[in-house]
Amino acid sequence: MSLVSLQGVTRRFPRGALALEGLDLDIEPGEFLAVLGPSGCGKSTMLRLIAGLDAPDAGTIAAPGLARQIGFVFQEPTLMPWASALCNVALPLELAGTPRRAAEAQAAAMLARVELQGFEHSYPRALSGGMRMRVSIARALVTRPRLLLMDEPFAALDEITRFRLNNDLLALWRELRCTVVFVTHSVFESVYLAERIAVMRARPGRVVAQHLVPAAERADPEFRTSAGYAAHCRAVSHSLSLAMERA
Amino acid sequence: MRWLRWLLPGLFGLLALGGWEWVVRAKAIPPYILPGPVLVARTLVRDWDSLSVSLAVTLQITFAALAVAAALGLLLAVLFSQSRLLELSLFPYAVVLQVTPIIAVAPLIIIWVEDVRVALLICAWIVAFFPILSNTTLGLNSTDRNLEDLFRLYGASRWQKLWRLRLPTALPYFLAGLRISGGLSLIGAIAAEFVAGTGGAASGLAYRILEAGFQLQIPRMFAALVLISASGILIYLALSLLSHLLLRRWHDSERS
Ligand SMILES: Nc1ncnc2c1ncn2[C@@H]1O[C@H](COP(=O)(O)OP(=O)(O)OP(=O)(O)O)[C@@H](O)[C@H]1O
Ligand SMILES: [Mg+2]
Repeated sequence: MSLVSLQGVTRRFPRGALALEGLDLDIEPGEFLAVLGPSGCGKSTMLRLIAGLDAPDAGTIAAPGLARQIGFVFQEPTLMPWASALCNVALPLELAGTPRRAAEAQAAAMLARVELQGFEHSYPRALSGGMRMRVSIARALVTRPRLLLMDEPFAALDEITRFRLNNDLLALWRELRCTVVFVTHSVFESVYLAERIAVMRARPGRVVAQHLVPAAERADPEFRTSAGYAAHCRAVSHSLSLAMERA
Repeated sequence: MRWLRWLLPGLFGLLALGGWEWVVRAKAIPPYILPGPVLVARTLVRDWDSLSVSLAVTLQITFAALAVAAALGLLLAVLFSQSRLLELSLFPYAVVLQVTPIIAVAPLIIIWVEDVRVALLICAWIVAFFPILSNTTLGLNSTDRNLEDLFRLYGASRWQKLWRLRLPTALPYFLAGLRISGGLSLIGAIAAEFVAGTGGAASGLAYRILEAGFQLQIPRMFAALVLISASGILIYLALSLLSHLLLRRWHDSERS
């Protein structure tokens, strides 16, 4: 059974565009799903709907047994500037009523997992863009969510930092075995990260193509420079340009 | 470059004072028209006993008004942020309070309120209150949209959102309002004292100015003025320091 199942989901903003219309998508437990699409096709809207931050005008979003165990990483790190890295990461636990001590201990452990030990008491201002994003990821993971939603988290980072974070994210995903929905508009990033890529079109936004990357190929440590990787990128690019033509 | 920020205005001030003293001496201007700075300083020292008592009276009213303005402004802003209905009904009246010249309403307040010091405090409060209310209201409504979503995602209560998101967001705005209100409460206190014009031992600096004016003791008038300006500058510096201490670790305005 799918972890989340979206069927015929439509979202129309008042006085605005039809952001999504008749979107169908199933999210399978444990998978790494990338959602790829042109700007304005409704990717962020879809994530907000899945997270329950917004409601669809039509269609259903079924998430049996998920019980809102969701982590969310925004495009910007979205940290509280007045709080240290540790307090930022402890926030979700404290909001849920975990005593401060226990929350901070778990937050410190999660910060160490994203390679930020020693920066617990730094304020966001004193951290680099990549480090802030690591704090943001640690905060999303500290509650051990079953579903991690990421909205173009690395779009604003330089390529070197982005590559490192891609690898670290894959390692975390393998270790924690949660489900990831990763929104991006980079073909290369989607092929590198995901087992499955859903391609969206715009106006109205819906999923128009899917693409699988076999686990055997992904396991290759040289995957990023392999001929197979290039072939997948070509195929996904092709789907994407078809989706954009139709729009 | 840091020392230039102090040295330049300092030098300019000394130069201006020197020029003033020189003009007064060269043209032999009588002290009841324009006393030189040296005479003003001497008067300040000579009359310190009575002037300092008045200074204390004025400052007491100023600080009490500022404290009440800060507490009530903050409280009302928080209430507004919790109820849009309340904000829509009351905010216009806060504006009315703000745009009505205090000099025009002070006589009424002084008639209605029996205790003169309470009347003065109310006048100073009216002047000082609005910047804190409007700034804090703006700050409470300036929360980051993504952070709002994050708090909603984790099911934060209204109280948690207020305490952990909206109040910290509003802190820099509140402090900026406080800095403006510090000066305004002094102005309000002085303006109200002018209207009240009470005599006796417990009267403030404005009364000393009035009294000196009647008696043509212009150097004494200047000495009182110097005390008022100095108090205003010190209040501003103290509130700036407070703001710096509270924000230096995280706020962008404190980036060196
Ligand atoms: N709150 C809103 N009110 C009105 N229109 C909105 C709102 N949010 C999104 N839209 C519209 O819905 C459409 C989809 O927006 P969305 O942000 O989901 O796209 P996106 O795929 O995330 O784009 P990007 O890649 O640029 O982030 C856009 O046309 C946008 O203008
Ligand atoms: Mg988006």
